[in-house]
Amino acid sequence: MGLELLVASAIGILTAAGMYLVLRLRTFPVIMGISLLTYAVNVFLFASGRLTVSAPPILTDATTYADPLPQALVLTAIVISFGMTAVVVMIALGAYLGANDDEVNDPVTDPDDAVEKAT
Amino acid sequence: MMHWIIAPVVLPAILAPFIVLAARYHFGIQRVVSVAGVVAMIAIAAGLAWQASDGTIMLYQLGDWAAPFGIVVVGDRLSTLMVLLTAVLALFVLLYAIGSKWDERGWHFHALFQFQLMGIMGAFLTGDLFNLFVFFEVLLIASYGLMIHAGGNVRLRAGVQYVLFNLIGSTLFLFALGAIYAQTGTLNMADLAQRVALIDPADTVGIRVAAVLLLMVFAIKAALVPLHFWLPSSYAEAPAPVAALFAIMTKVGAYAIIRVYTLIFSPDAAATSGLFDVWLLPAALVSLAVGMMGVLAAKKLDRLVAFSVIGSMGMVMVALSMFTPASISAALYYIIHSTFAAAALFLISDLVRSGRANLKLTAMAPISGAALTSGMFFVAAIAMTGLPPLSGFLGKLMILQAGFDTNMATWIWAVILCSSLISIVGFARAGSTLFWKAKSIEPDEETVPEPAPAALSYVAIGGLLTLLVAHTIFAGAAYSYAERTAAQLFAPLPYVSTVLDTPGKLSTPSKETY
Repeated sequence: MGLELLVASAIGILTAAGMYLVLRLRTFPVIMGISLLTYAVNVFLFASGRLTVSAPPILTDATTYADPLPQALVLTAIVISFGMTAVVVMIALGAYLGANDDEVNDPVTDPDDAVEKAT
Repeated sequence: MMHWIIAPVVLPAILAPFIVLAARYHFGIQRVVSVAGVVAMIAIAAGLAWQASDGTIMLYQLGDWAAPFGIVVVGDRLSTLMVLLTAVLALFVLLYAIGSKWDERGWHFHALFQFQLMGIMGAFLTGDLFNLFVFFEVLLIASYGLMIHAGGNVRLRAGVQYVLFNLIGSTLFLFALGAIYAQTGTLNMADLAQRVALIDPADTVGIRVAAVLLLMVFAIKAALVPLHFWLPSSYAEAPAPVAALFAIMTKVGAYAIIRVYTLIFSPDAAATSGLFDVWLLPAALVSLAVGMMGVLAAKKLDRLVAFSVIGSMGMVMVALSMFTPASISAALYYIIHSTFAAAALFLISDLVRSGRANLKLTAMAPISGAALTSGMFFVAAIAMTGLPPLSGFLGKLMILQAGFDTNMATWIWAVILCSSLISIVGFARAGSTLFWKAKSIEPDEETVPEPAPAALSYVAIGGLLTLLVAHTIFAGAAYSYAERTAAQLFAPLPYVSTVLDTPGKLSTPSKETY
């Protein structure tokens, strides 16, 4: 019972912190928040096959075993989220270095208007 | 076992690395390989659609492992129809990208394009929820690259928003999958269909949460209000051919809703009752209204088209949320129509853009080739707003007819008809400002007029408009096929038995493993 409580509250805290950061205005905290959310979902996926202690993850003659499928799913999810995070870091960095501004929202002034004022 | 059904996934997966590795610096070879690949894909997709048209359900077990343990690819009427639609759209988009030289403005356009097709085809063909997630990620990561193709600060910022929104969507998708697996112990769609039906009605908390989470994920993909905020900026700032290809991406969300909520959560299941008529239908009506008001309020042509995509997806979702065979058939007819209409409008807005400083809806000197461009805009706008005689009108009529017997009929009719009127005003105002008022402005003598767009660009848009006309002329045949597709969807037993009863390795699992 203690194990379930620990894992469940870890997922909860990670999700809550992730949600808070995702709602920030600048890209860096938002990316951090998404990373925390993906950690939370990875642990959640892992726990979806039930938590078992010291049981083999294969179907043998043993009466208790750990479900191997969520472990495979988690591996896939980890790889995908890692790749996606790398992509978003690169794009966000490009946007920040290009515009010298890392706000997530659209700028208040339309870039086409700014060009007209400059000319 | 027939291997052709995996070809729409495998073919682009081979072509894309070939383009990157062997033809990196040769745009000519890239173009030839890319177009040849898409033409071959149309042939394969047409073959598959023809095979599925008699109601056959095609099954492909990867590595000969039997479902639910192995990965399966399934082709029925709906998925082969969507594959064919994607392949045809891809050809015209590709022709435009070549004609307008968009593919030369950055690296790896053709490779990313093929990967994007691979993801979309896989999402339509897979018979497994986790693979649906994986193919979503494949199409998304390719779309991230395409979205920021050719770079620029504005586009990069829009790209960041697009990627962040979709990453949150993917995380939600994983939460939903975890909840489903925890409840049922499987992620194969056919297996899920059986097991969800077996869940004790008193103990449906987990599966209800999963059903709502999944619906939210697909609603993000389909840009349903209030989950649509990613769409206007990213579609408006994406390169035009990419935005035109993205016209099918919102339909992937609609497809996933149709597939999951006919097969896994059957329409009359107690666990998901109220999900559609209480929640989805009002949201769909609001997105129809918001989209069409956005058309009227937009200050730039690309935003206008992006909001018309939200509006037309709202129309599709109104039809879907009624969830009767008639309304699903109407939705399928409208999906085909709105894909071609939205793609044509995005490409036309790029033609306008190539002759002007920006796309703001103010009068400027006439663009080169204005006569033909404005004619095409006229036809595409008629199709998108749903005026007679084109297919948008017929599709809207089918949706109105399907909504006549429901108890929300007043709302459905009122919102659809009013929003149509608003969108007509929006498109008429945009067209007359861009093309008509331009005649009153003297061109600046110092500026050299832009050369007229390439003939290939016009061929691509003309092809899309021709398909819309054909979709109108053969509306009877198209609608009866959509009806047969819907009938197959509402009788999922052959699908389930084909997937689960086809022998393969491990086909007789011992029952006590669960």
